[in-house]
Amino acid sequence: MSATAVNKMSRKERRRAEAASWAGPVRHYDILKEATVGLILISILTVLASFAFGSPDRPPVTISAWSSAQPVGFTDVALSELAQTSDSATYGPPYNNGSGAVQNIGPVSPQRLLGVHYPLNTAKDFVLRPLHSLPPNPALASALSRFEYALPSQDLAWVHSYEHSLAHLSLNDNVLPAGTASAGPVPEMMKALLGMAQSGGLDTALLANSSFYTTNYTKPLLFIGDSWNAQATASFWGQAVNAEHLQGTQWGVMNETGSWPGQPWLWLYTMWYQIKPFSTSANGDLDVIAIMTGLSLALLFLPFIPGLRSIPRLIPFYRLIWKKWYREHPQT
Amino acid sequence: MSGQSHDGSPEAWTTKLRRIWLKILPPEKLLPDHQPAYVASWVYVFGVLTLSGFVIAVLSGAVIAFRGPTWWHTSPIGHFVNSLHLWSVELFMFFMALHLWAKFWMAAWRGRRALTWMTGVAAFLLSIVEAFTGYLSQTNFDSQWIAFESKDAFNASGAGWFFNPLNFGQALLLHVVLLPLILAGLVAVHVLLVRIRGVVHPIGAYSVKAAPTASASVGEAPAGGSGAQAVAGATNTAKEGS
Repeated sequence: MSATAVNKMSRKERRRAEAASWAGPVRHYDILKEATVGLILISILTVLASFAFGSPDRPPVTISAWSSAQPVGFTDVALSELAQTSDSATYGPPYNNGSGAVQNIGPVSPQRLLGVHYPLNTAKDFVLRPLHSLPPNPALASALSRFEYALPSQDLAWVHSYEHSLAHLSLNDNVLPAGTASAGPVPEMMKALLGMAQSGGLDTALLANSSFYTTNYTKPLLFIGDSWNAQATASFWGQAVNAEHLQGTQWGVMNETGSWPGQPWLWLYTMWYQIKPFSTSANGDLDVIAIMTGLSLALLFLPFIPGLRSIPRLIPFYRLIWKKWYREHPQT
Repeated sequence: MSGQSHDGSPEAWTTKLRRIWLKILPPEKLLPDHQPAYVASWVYVFGVLTLSGFVIAVLSGAVIAFRGPTWWHTSPIGHFVNSLHLWSVELFMFFMALHLWAKFWMAAWRGRRALTWMTGVAAFLLSIVEAFTGYLSQTNFDSQWIAFESKDAFNASGAGWFFNPLNFGQALLLHVVLLPLILAGLVAVHVLLVRIRGVVHPIGAYSVKAAPTASASVGEAPAGGSGAQAVAGATNTAKEGS
């Protein structure tokens, strides 16, 4: 066989040759020894890093801590839940039929398509039901009854009136205003809800469902999260988020508290959120997910994508990897 | 002889499976004591270091799972085990990324090794999901924030229909049961494929037997792997065959 013949190997022949068991020179190798040495090395590195750096563990934020630190801030968010104007109340699927957080690419909205499957009514779930779970209290019972039997437009008027009374207060202020007649039963309800929140009762009430056990923290997290959406870095939750560099504009979920590395493997996903148009788009999440799905599929099916699969041949880093081989076999 | 046992009765399923298994993956391939001469780079260490990181992550995670997901908040030993879990995962992901990059530049999917590449990429992508559910399962401030921040992407894409990051129970069970099982399966298939297909040849180097015709033929590794009957490198082969 001549050199010309080999150089003219068809793609099929080359593939067969690349698939064939290696029949060339070999070297001694011990797979078990390699595995053992690797395991010992990684074990040592892991132990050393654990001793040297440990791991972060900032306690979770509770509604109790939040409402104690920012009574007015908490009440302000609770009022938006009662009026159903909060981000959670207007979110859209999977929580309700709102449109506040619904995203789409062109006419396609997977979120809307799949619909509501975790129904949430913030007025009932975050305020009214927890208040009903409190021990009997004539003043609260009367206020709840008045609120629930009034027309929705009247309820809204009361809530907005009380929101107006809070507007000039600081989030950290400790005393809620008594309210005026225009606020109806709302001040009494908020007073009871704040007390319940500060005592830790609301944390429990939002977790409670028909059974004794629970592992679903959707409701309390959405409630706390609404403070971030409404009050941003001024909120109790937002202050912690900002201090720990966890905002979306600070590479968000890729980071973790403190100076620990977090999830650096999410760098590409998180990067899109830092640049326009994704950083300002109302459909940013869906756009980024679509891009990352496309890139992931491209990586997965790389062997079958003409052009991409040829990159390693065109940029010969492989000559560094197999430097010794190519040095000893310069003809290849 | 295949299809029949020694006494003439139909071959047992077990016998057939063993016969096929030994044909596809004989012991010398499964546990090799020789490798092609080109397997001589630090790049080849990344794979075994990735596997080692995975093993330590599983073991440290198993200890946390045994004591429960909130144990490490109150116990210094638990906190240390959590640190082991964290750093083994960081090392696992670090070496896997290096392994992936190296295999990309080696075009390691060549020679009917596409499935090896794909199982590796699938394991990489699944590891990201596995690590993510781990962060959701920490039961601390990080879990809260990551769950809240990530929910919009899940909901917007429709994935929120089957996965709610705010549901701790769901994230925890995925993290400690379902995803590790799938991941371990993928890793096992990936490693077995590497053993079955062998390590990819350097680009342009073929172990082709000298052939008298113009058409290049493919050589088989001789038993014992001395390589004496074959020539490595297409040009070498051409010279010897010409």
